[in-house]
Amino acid sequence: MTAPLAEAELMREMIGGSPPSRFRWQGGRPRVWRVLIFVLAAIFFIGPLAAAFKYSLQQSDGSYGFGNYGQIINNRAVRSPLVTSLEIAVITAAVVITLMLPTVVWVRLKKPKATVAMELITLLPIVIPPVVMAAGLEEFELNAPSWVIKYVFNHPLTGLIPFYVVLAMPFTYRAIDTGVRAIDLHTLVDASRNLGASWPSTLVRVVLPNVQTAALGAMFLTIALCLGEVVIATLLLYNTFPVEMVVLYHQSQVGVSVALSMFTLIFTFLVLFGLSFVAQRRRGGGAARVV
Amino acid sequence: MSGLGGWAGILPFAAYVVVFLGIPLYVVVHGSLTTESNQLTFDNFRQTWSSPAYRIAFKNSLILSVWTSIVGALFGTWLAAAVVAAKRGSLLHRFVQSSSGVLAYFAGVPLAFAFIAALGLQGVVTVLLKHFGIDLYAHGFTISSMTGVGLCYVYFQIPLMVILITPALEGLRSEWQEAALSLGASKLRYLRHVAVPVLLPSFVGATLILFGNAFSAYATALALVGSTLSIVPAQIDNALNGNVLVGADRAGLTLGTEMIIVVLIVMVGYLLVQRRARRWLR
Repeated sequence: MTAPLAEAELMREMIGGSPPSRFRWQGGRPRVWRVLIFVLAAIFFIGPLAAAFKYSLQQSDGSYGFGNYGQIINNRAVRSPLVTSLEIAVITAAVVITLMLPTVVWVRLKKPKATVAMELITLLPIVIPPVVMAAGLEEFELNAPSWVIKYVFNHPLTGLIPFYVVLAMPFTYRAIDTGVRAIDLHTLVDASRNLGASWPSTLVRVVLPNVQTAALGAMFLTIALCLGEVVIATLLLYNTFPVEMVVLYHQSQVGVSVALSMFTLIFTFLVLFGLSFVAQRRRGGGAARVV
Repeated sequence: MSGLGGWAGILPFAAYVVVFLGIPLYVVVHGSLTTESNQLTFDNFRQTWSSPAYRIAFKNSLILSVWTSIVGALFGTWLAAAVVAAKRGSLLHRFVQSSSGVLAYFAGVPLAFAFIAALGLQGVVTVLLKHFGIDLYAHGFTISSMTGVGLCYVYFQIPLMVILITPALEGLRSEWQEAALSLGASKLRYLRHVAVPVLLPSFVGATLILFGNAFSAYATALALVGSTLSIVPAQIDNALNGNVLVGADRAGLTLGTEMIIVVLIVMVGYLLVQRRARRWLR
């Protein structure tokens, strides 16, 4: 499903910190091998997307228009899972930051030896494929005490959020860790504590603003994960936005499914693209802000 | 601070992991090692190994993961090298990075539907090719075949490789190339004796991640075909939710444990290779 490590690398790219000296071919003239791969990539990547876009404009009556996209607002069967997914996404992102940021800061400050353990633990979710996680949860649900069913599994929010947080751990940990490493944490925290700030206030008002880009990136990728995750939600029978996309497809409303796909892809791309500019700007002024 | 106090701050995180990752993991592994009456047994494993359907599923999953990860790795590296040679922070650089993020990340459902729109029976590309006299479907291609699903996988494997290999390519110092060239090496010799050996561990590591990624992926197949495709995740889905046989859920959990073992081996390999990669590139 997801590629958490890749996201960590992507975050590193966006936050900066790559070596100054780079691999560079001599001469500025575009080489054949470069042009060739760009052409191939354009055909392979843009082809299906362009096809999908054209397809999504074909309405059920045969004419062309944005009717399929209108379903996002007009069709209750689409809108309500979308709202559920958005709720899940936002809460998951909040939980992720609340859980990971204090832990990362604590490890950096007080228990640097635990770094390796943290890295290994946060890699674990990669080892367990989503379908296996879903299998475990399904089996657990069969024999779970009734209060667990009532308070956890009976609602998509409580049934999915805790596990999406786990799925998001590999890349959120790395993103936040990279952000925290880049600032002078000891000085900041000491200064804040000496001026009488409590731990929570230090975290929220001193550390968080300084790792804003990393935290933002981690939150955004978590949101993207929640809006795209389909395996666990399907197997546990929750009707989230991506699940609804698949359902519509199987109900032969292919045009709507494709339109929703395009919508999510473009939306996610724009946010990520925008974030890369924000990250760039902050990198420049970062040093002045820290102390 | 040392001793117990030092661990206190990690406690909430640790408790969270134990509950929400530990429980599903425990249920799967425990289920695969016990009978319905809760007695320790290895029969579940023996049964999944002797079942032809599951063996085919494993074979299909492995073949799919191997070819999509190798194709993805080769083209991804090529594309990444072409992008890295462009100026950092340039629009091209940003564009490829961001779209790689989206494509690698959204791996599943939206891409599957984009492919259906392009190469499905009524797909835009299929229809277009028919105009030129090429009938894909007459030649046995369908978007829900192993080839079709694999093609979708490549679509997210290449961007993933771009993301994973870019830092390594950027770590190649231009001084090394200059040194080699001024000592009289040809470009080919520089590639053979400097660039390739330095990059090899990163390349192998990234390919392993791609393999694991394809092996655990199910969203694409779920969207394109449903649970009828013969790959391991689909078999797990079937065993747990289909009306197959009595005791099928044990088989599902056992397949789950076997998947975990495969991915675990791949990840350990990745960590070992990664250590070598750090020697030159950091």
